[in-house]
Amino acid sequence: MLGLLGLVWQLLCSSPDSALPPPSKVITDTWELITHPFYDNGGNDKGLFWHLLASLKRVALGYSLAAIGGIALGVLIGSSKWAMRALDPLFQVLRTIPPLAWLPLSLAAFRDGQPSAIFVIFITAIWPIIINTAVGIQNIPQDYRNVARVLRLNGAEFFAKIMLPAAAPYIFTGLRIGIGLSWLAIVAAEMLIGGVGIGFFIWDAWNSSLISDIILALAYVGVIGFLLDRIVALTGKLVGRGTVNV
Amino acid sequence: MNGKPGNEYLKIEHVCKTFGKGDTRSEVLRDISLNVAKGEYIAIIGHSGCGKSTLLNIVAGLTDATTGYVFLEGREVHQPGPDRAVVFQNHSLLPWLTVYDNVRLAVDKIFSDRKSSAERHEWTVRNLELVHMTHAMKKRPGEISGGMKQRVGIARALAMSPKVLLLDEPFGALDALTRAHLQEEVMKIHAELGNTVLMITHDVDEAVLLSDRIVMMTNGPAAHVGELCEVALARPRNRLELIGDSNYIAARARVLEFLHKKSHYVEAA
Repeated sequence: MLGLLGLVWQLLCSSPDSALPPPSKVITDTWELITHPFYDNGGNDKGLFWHLLASLKRVALGYSLAAIGGIALGVLIGSSKWAMRALDPLFQVLRTIPPLAWLPLSLAAFRDGQPSAIFVIFITAIWPIIINTAVGIQNIPQDYRNVARVLRLNGAEFFAKIMLPAAAPYIFTGLRIGIGLSWLAIVAAEMLIGGVGIGFFIWDAWNSSLISDIILALAYVGVIGFLLDRIVALTGKLVGRGTVNV
Repeated sequence: MNGKPGNEYLKIEHVCKTFGKGDTRSEVLRDISLNVAKGEYIAIIGHSGCGKSTLLNIVAGLTDATTGYVFLEGREVHQPGPDRAVVFQNHSLLPWLTVYDNVRLAVDKIFSDRKSSAERHEWTVRNLELVHMTHAMKKRPGEISGGMKQRVGIARALAMSPKVLLLDEPFGALDALTRAHLQEEVMKIHAELGNTVLMITHDVDEAVLLSDRIVMMTNGPAAHVGELCEVALARPRNRLELIGDSNYIAARARVLEFLHKKSHYVEAA
């Protein structure tokens, strides 16, 4: 399938006046980048590895904060009717705000690109985590609650032994959507804030008309987004002990 | 209405239950009183929706009675606790835990300060042995059959060393052969441990075979205890030998007559 697509692409873009390069040209153009991902000439002139690493670091930080905050808030609104009534309408409005719309505001607040990008990741990833966790908590079967009541599990025991494992499939659905959105948002945010990062690399390549570099970067972005998703899914499988189907 | 005065172990006194308020208010149970002696096996039988399960939940403490009281060994019951272990109709095992861990969870919680870790392990295994489930200790509930799940549910309840064992239609969802098999095992366990048991059922044969007394409930709304039937059969009981037994036939006839003549099924309820 991949070979066939490559062949079609090669044929479509082979004419000398086509706007986009064919795959063969992409590979020859970017051979330097593919074979030397670790070079570092100072400033923003670094190998792709460093750009990707910088992006991943931002995602790791923003996403971890979103996971912690999202699960905590999800547990809160999932287990309290009052918290649900108070916070849910707010969340429903806030979650529809596109990630990049937060960027100017966070730049104004933090006065620095780095924390702003992390904030954008956080605010993008947190909504699906909150909402899925809350739904998971609300859907804990009454039977499990009854078992806990007969055993007289206290709050902490109920949380650790019943609530989290019972809601795990939902929580991990939220976490998977969250990691996908994070990766979407970071590329866009980095295009605007500059500095080292795969988003900046793509924007820089566009400004230098290096179309082949863009295509290579997109391939990397796609593969890494896929890997991130698989990592979260696999974690879910391990943590969920057979109850998380992925 | 009371069985053996002066010998109460579990005592249900004038329990009423109404759900809802105003126009949607519905009376489910009306003035239920029952005394259960220690070691007695009681079956509560009635048509679907008559409030049997509500009564069991009130004894378990999972539901509050609107009026009336439940006493266990002279102390009032107002919240759930391991002294009244419930075997739920749909087993209610935690799917992310193995068979062993499901039972161990209960053992760890209840005996945390009384037994060492090794003793708790031993106690967990011993209760799984009682229901013949030691071969599947490492399996998860999703990997075993419905009958096996119910066995584990029984083991979990027994592992709590309850004063009263509450069985909520424990074999209702099982096929006839598995059900018969589990009935035998429950009889064996009852003979061995002498538990006090309150069992909800809608199966006449099951009620007569297993219990010392059968509580027949009228149809809802406002269900109450219609009749009590002593089952005068010696233990151990054997279902094949009982087929022709006159006491068995009489008890069975009495329950059937109650369910089908005196207490017509009300469609509107």
